[in-house]
Amino acid sequence: MNVLHKVFTLLATLIAALGGAQAADAPDGARVFAKWCAPCHAPGITHPGTHALMAKYSGVKGGDITEWTDVPPDYVKTMVRRGISVMPHFRKTEISDRELDALAGYVTRHRVK
Amino acid sequence: MRIPPGVTPAGFQSALEAFAKVVGKDWVFTSDEDVDLYRDAFSPLVGEPDERFASAAVAPQSTEEVQAIVRIANQYRIPIYPISTGKNLGYGGSAPAYSGSVVVDLKRMNRILEVDEKNASVLVEPGVSYFDLYHHLRERGSKLWIDCPDPGWGSVVGNAIDRGGGYTMASYRNHFDSHCGMEVVLPNGELLRTGMGALPGSKTWQQYKSGCGPWVDGIFSQANYGIVTKMGFWMMPEPEAYLRATIRVPRYKDLIPLVDILNKLENMRIVTGFPDIATPLLGYPPTGQVQVFLEGNAGYPMSDHHKALLAKADQGYSPELEAYGIANDIPYWECWVSFYGPFEVIDAQWQATQRHFKAIDGAKFKVIERMAMPVDLSKIEDYHEPEFGVPSLRAFSIGARSPFNPSPSKGHMWFSPIIPRTGEAIFEANRVFSEAAKELGMPLFSSFSMPCCFWERSFIFILATPVTTDPETNRRYVAGFRKLIEVGARHGWGEYRTAPVFQKAVMDAYSFNDHALHRLHETLKDALDPNGILAAGRYDIWPRHLRKKAR
Repeated sequence: MNVLHKVFTLLATLIAALGGAQAADAPDGARVFAKWCAPCHAPGITHPGTHALMAKYSGVKGGDITEWTDVPPDYVKTMVRRGISVMPHFRKTEISDRELDALAGYVTRHRVK
Repeated sequence: MRIPPGVTPAGFQSALEAFAKVVGKDWVFTSDEDVDLYRDAFSPLVGEPDERFASAAVAPQSTEEVQAIVRIANQYRIPIYPISTGKNLGYGGSAPAYSGSVVVDLKRMNRILEVDEKNASVLVEPGVSYFDLYHHLRERGSKLWIDCPDPGWGSVVGNAIDRGGGYTMASYRNHFDSHCGMEVVLPNGELLRTGMGALPGSKTWQQYKSGCGPWVDGIFSQANYGIVTKMGFWMMPEPEAYLRATIRVPRYKDLIPLVDILNKLENMRIVTGFPDIATPLLGYPPTGQVQVFLEGNAGYPMSDHHKALLAKADQGYSPELEAYGIANDIPYWECWVSFYGPFEVIDAQWQATQRHFKAIDGAKFKVIERMAMPVDLSKIEDYHEPEFGVPSLRAFSIGARSPFNPSPSKGHMWFSPIIPRTGEAIFEANRVFSEAAKELGMPLFSSFSMPCCFWERSFIFILATPVTTDPETNRRYVAGFRKLIEVGARHGWGEYRTAPVFQKAVMDAYSFNDHALHRLHETLKDALDPNGILAAGRYDIWPRHLRKKAR
């Protein structure tokens, strides 16, 4: 149920992101994640990115990248701009540099430095 | 900085400055780092000399800005290439067909301009994705459904003008056919509205498709005669209820009447949802349900003896395998049908459906789901989301790493021939393409392959050709793909859509009367785009000044 709850939270964030005012001066990393990443990286095996990372890091860490503690923000930025496997890179008309900064901060917020 | 072919550095610089005056300098991309983001992420040509590259990108946010960009391109003879959301993965992505073109990135044009609940229609710009439209409708309490392909991040407009398909009722799942009215910036910068949109003050732009006189919308799909900046679509009203059921038949040859009966029922609008055909005896799930089956590890269980018989079968058939299936109640074919509507209607449609399929000796029937709509979103992942008008990206599980796919691909190229919607054609396509794939060393088949039922009157015998990280393997697959196009054409099958790398090969096959169709395409190109600035090479339509080189 935790997984389901988290999916709904992401969905609610997404709806808020789409319905709310454009955060022109302060991109919200959670909203960027909900719009651009959650369809593949929300918890659960029905999300191909999460499923792929579960398989890749089986026994090491989980597949939910927002729970990871061991990657720096630049790693997230590199993945977004370069892509990996069937995940394509994202253009700046999709995720701007400022939004990417906010996104990387959100994804790595549990990082242990 | 890259320079478009045939353009001087000074001319290009002047054009870029002019673009920046239109859209603002932040929306003109020229650094290699930024322009590389327009490479096709699924290109099999990565690092090869003929990989398609942009020289720059410009991102307008209005029709007026698109017009200004087109006029500047004419002034400086800059090749430009429009993309909508740039997510046409497997069919070319965001890269231009003609290397060196400036990509006109329409992603910022993301307004949903109208939702007409009474007429069940919308009017949208090209940067609107299926996710965007879905959330927009749900937030407003709309009772309209979208019809979307598997990847929900695609453009509603872009998918339609590349003639993509979805998974609800036949009248909505052909996305180009379900459009109603376009706004187009022509290659000279002039603005056109089609259908009733040509009538100033028209009140029926999204209600009547063709207006009066020649209906020209088709020439703006899979073409380079204009940039579509608005497009209307008819939407499916949310049904009251949904019913899904299966028809299982025991024998190999039963596939022929199974498809014939299905066709009649769908053409009569008795079966109203997306039909699908699986083959439990051969272990192939329904095409639309592949992810659900794989994730749930819910494939058709097989005994060792069953597997041994399957391994010995010739293109999915042997008398022993058929006998095993009959003895163990494992159907050769399993047709999935679904119905949208009020309970009293869909129950009656299911009754009529069973009566028709009873013509096949031994047919068995089972209701899988019968439920009121709207679908319970907390359970949507139990289903193939697009069949309920819900977008997702779940289909990427097919190429991504997972327990059932330990060696993920780098992408895929869709080989998508149209074949007749008959059982005989499924058998023939399996024979022809499996033999060709084996000869070419392409991993396209396991035991048997089933087509998609996207279209009302034909199948797409779609085969995913993997893109790998090994250039030599990719070269071999690209060459093999071209051979498959030739093999298909020899059997009367042509692709419905393809990536730029294969567009010449595919269009060459449409050669009736010494390529009369292609010559017409070129005649139109010369008339509408005499400077040849727009999307050169798209679907092998080249402007006059590049034609000799392209050939």
